[in-house]
Amino acid sequence: MTSHKGSGRLASVPVPPRARTPSLTLDRFSLDNGLRVVVSPDRTSPVVAVAVYYDVGMRSEPEGRTGFAHLFEHMMFQGSASLGKTEHFTYVQGSGGTLNGSTHLDYTNYYEVLPSNATELALFLEADRMRSIALTQENLDNQVAVVQNEIRVNVQNRPYGGYPWLKLPPVLYDSFANTHDGYGSFVDLESATLEDAAQFFDRYYAPGNAVLTVVGDVDPDQVRTWVEEQYGDIPGRATPERPSFSEPPLTAERREVAHDRLAPAPAVSMAWRTPDPADLATFLPYVVLAEVLTDGDAARLQDRMLLRDRSVLSVGGYVGIMGDPLDARDPTPLIVDVHHPAETSADTVLATVDDEIARLAEGGLRDGELQRTVARMTARYLREIDPALGRAQQLAVFEQQRDRAELTTELPDLLAQVVADDVQAAAATLRPDNRAVLELRPGSDQ
Amino acid sequence: MTTPRPVPSLSTSRAAKLPTVADTTLANGLRVLAVRRPGVPLVELRLRIPFAGKGDAHVARAQLLGDTLLSGTEHRDASQIAVDLQSYGGQLSANVDADRLGISGSVLASGFAGMLDLLGELLTSASYPKDEVVAERDRLVQELAIYRSQAGVVAREALLTRMYGDHPYGRELPEAEAVEDLTASQLRSLHGKRVAPAGSVLTVVGDLPPAKLAAQVEKALASWTVDGKTVETGRLPRVDAQPLLLVDRPGSVQSTVRMARDVPSRTSDDYASLSLANMVFGGYFSSRWSANLREDKGYTYGTHSSFEHPPAGSRLVLSTDVATPVTAPALLETWYELARVATVPVGQDELDQARRYAIGSLQVGAASQGGLASLLSMLAGSGLGVEYLRDFPRQLEAVTVESAQEAAAKYLTPKGLTTVVVGDAAEIGSEVEALFEVERA
Repeated sequence: MTSHKGSGRLASVPVPPRARTPSLTLDRFSLDNGLRVVVSPDRTSPVVAVAVYYDVGMRSEPEGRTGFAHLFEHMMFQGSASLGKTEHFTYVQGSGGTLNGSTHLDYTNYYEVLPSNATELALFLEADRMRSIALTQENLDNQVAVVQNEIRVNVQNRPYGGYPWLKLPPVLYDSFANTHDGYGSFVDLESATLEDAAQFFDRYYAPGNAVLTVVGDVDPDQVRTWVEEQYGDIPGRATPERPSFSEPPLTAERREVAHDRLAPAPAVSMAWRTPDPADLATFLPYVVLAEVLTDGDAARLQDRMLLRDRSVLSVGGYVGIMGDPLDARDPTPLIVDVHHPAETSADTVLATVDDEIARLAEGGLRDGELQRTVARMTARYLREIDPALGRAQQLAVFEQQRDRAELTTELPDLLAQVVADDVQAAAATLRPDNRAVLELRPGSDQ
Repeated sequence: MTTPRPVPSLSTSRAAKLPTVADTTLANGLRVLAVRRPGVPLVELRLRIPFAGKGDAHVARAQLLGDTLLSGTEHRDASQIAVDLQSYGGQLSANVDADRLGISGSVLASGFAGMLDLLGELLTSASYPKDEVVAERDRLVQELAIYRSQAGVVAREALLTRMYGDHPYGRELPEAEAVEDLTASQLRSLHGKRVAPAGSVLTVVGDLPPAKLAAQVEKALASWTVDGKTVETGRLPRVDAQPLLLVDRPGSVQSTVRMARDVPSRTSDDYASLSLANMVFGGYFSSRWSANLREDKGYTYGTHSSFEHPPAGSRLVLSTDVATPVTAPALLETWYELARVATVPVGQDELDQARRYAIGSLQVGAASQGGLASLLSMLAGSGLGVEYLRDFPRQLEAVTVESAQEAAAKYLTPKGLTTVVVGDAAEIGSEVEALFEVERA
């Protein structure tokens, strides 16, 4: 038994376990029109997951059209070359499957998981809307109203709505691409036209800008035949050069206050830029650092603020605005988010976080701290890729952003190779003078 | 626009193999369900301990017990427990509802033995240290205020209270006042009386032989011997028709609509028919309610109509959040869709589509270690076994337009539902009152 102060010692604990990395069979090919395809068979259940990732997200939408990438995602369910409005849903669900799409900073994905006797159907459905989508003013108006209700239910009518993911980026960044509200302003949503949608589709939804993954109870050769039949004659189009969204590092602290009339208690979040995620060797130590600081009650900030000082309500931390460290390109931040009672001031929270980060930067990691942190990160990651859909998504994002679907199985080893000195060095770069801080205060700003 | 192409039809489906469950009961009364599912090297655990009780005091104590279960044992303090859990590559959490204490987790297969030892220690010697309990108690009071700032929580509390009154199902969260004075010794006493193996079920799923999983469980948990006291939840009260309850939340830009009624349990003869009738009405995205409110009118982001199966009685719960100015029209359309499914036979195509979805999504949900563990644990809580994954699809296959119609006529009529609307009463009150009998909270 150890005391609170000795919480990092591991006297009574066995050597942290190493996970056996599961092996995956990957069949990779591309079509003449540029579509990239990865197939991974898994016969354990008669289920298949199909995912299509388009290399366009909220950061690419034009000024005056905030929220357009997401609105467009909704329009992809409103009819396509051979299908009427919502038929995509009825075909997938009517064959026993579930489906969705989602819009992220750097990509938009569409996916379904179904009984495997619907594999050919699922491939057809995704091909059909890659070929062309049906655009009508009535459907656009309808989906603008639906998206506005999505914003009401997730942001406007909810305490802490959009905090911190929509409210922190404007403090941390300067460019339109990085700062604007990806859900969109109601005015911009209502200004969207069919012409905008047609151009967006033409520019960003070319087969060469997409990755298709198929995971589950399939024969890879059969899948390849179906893919060639269904996608092969979609004409190739020029794919846009992806601009860099990088911004210079902060040279002074930035701090702002947001008011939330529905929130009963305050919160404060802070963000620092990480190195470019493209280079995993310099980036992964930051991903590990976020977990050393905030993953559960054994983490530095929870141990200090929840177990010892008992000064806050909750502590969260992660890399990536939307919470996934490995699905966003540069720039991306490390975020610490603390909900606290009114009796604890935001300044106290910030000072405590600074103190703990400085302690880590100076004293380094304790014995076993890195290994146990990586053990749980690995377990969490494996749990995400256990369902066929989770694997299909991970394969797609790695193939799209890093040309390397194999990272799906390599990641546990890469995490295990992160060394303590690099995590310590990463901590030393998280300083008060290069961070962005957003305080959320209950009530209106009057 | 290019020429439409023919949509491929489904090939012959391959039936999922029914998982083999090693079902054993330890000498202490704990039932252990162990299943091998190939996949990642993890083990999933779900433990259900009967935990029903009566009154606000029980709800408060049970909630705080769940929040502080991992705060210390005879041998480890809170920090050590957290460090050890992380070392195993594990996560573990406890939560309480009106019927059970649930302890749920997952762990790297190589850390499974360590995790089980820790679990055994928590069950037999959780210490509820005074300082930790006080800190967590004060935090819980603040967290309750945060939960209750959400319209959905306000609506669900109002709905369940209206349906069940003083019955334990009428209250899911404690009142802050019932939490404020709780003591560590009250939690220790509750743990000593109620955290008992008899009647409890532990489900473990991993890529290991079931016999090995079960043997490890027995080794670690055989010493958990407490003579627990069983408390019955009690019969649910009869729910009579009541006016729509309007709860004012000034400034709301949406109205949060929740409706519910009591329905037959999963083992009743008409449940399969009812479940497909509900599917057609509002049970999935391709339902009439969603097509009407979302895809036709744009009143909402989503509609949901799903079953909940607590042991004392199942219920159907309808949820949607609609823009404030269209609250009355949205209620009217909801009323219309319910009345339509209850009085006009559903189409054969609609029924077949709903049936395939119900069967397929059950299969998809069981196709991961975590999904299978949760499903089996939930079924065990209702006295059902893994055979349900085989038998329920057969029952669904037997549903006809007539039997669906009969079930809908009995259970989906709008008059039979208890309705709560949380929204800006000044904006929506008079319009809603023009259509429905309304009681203001």
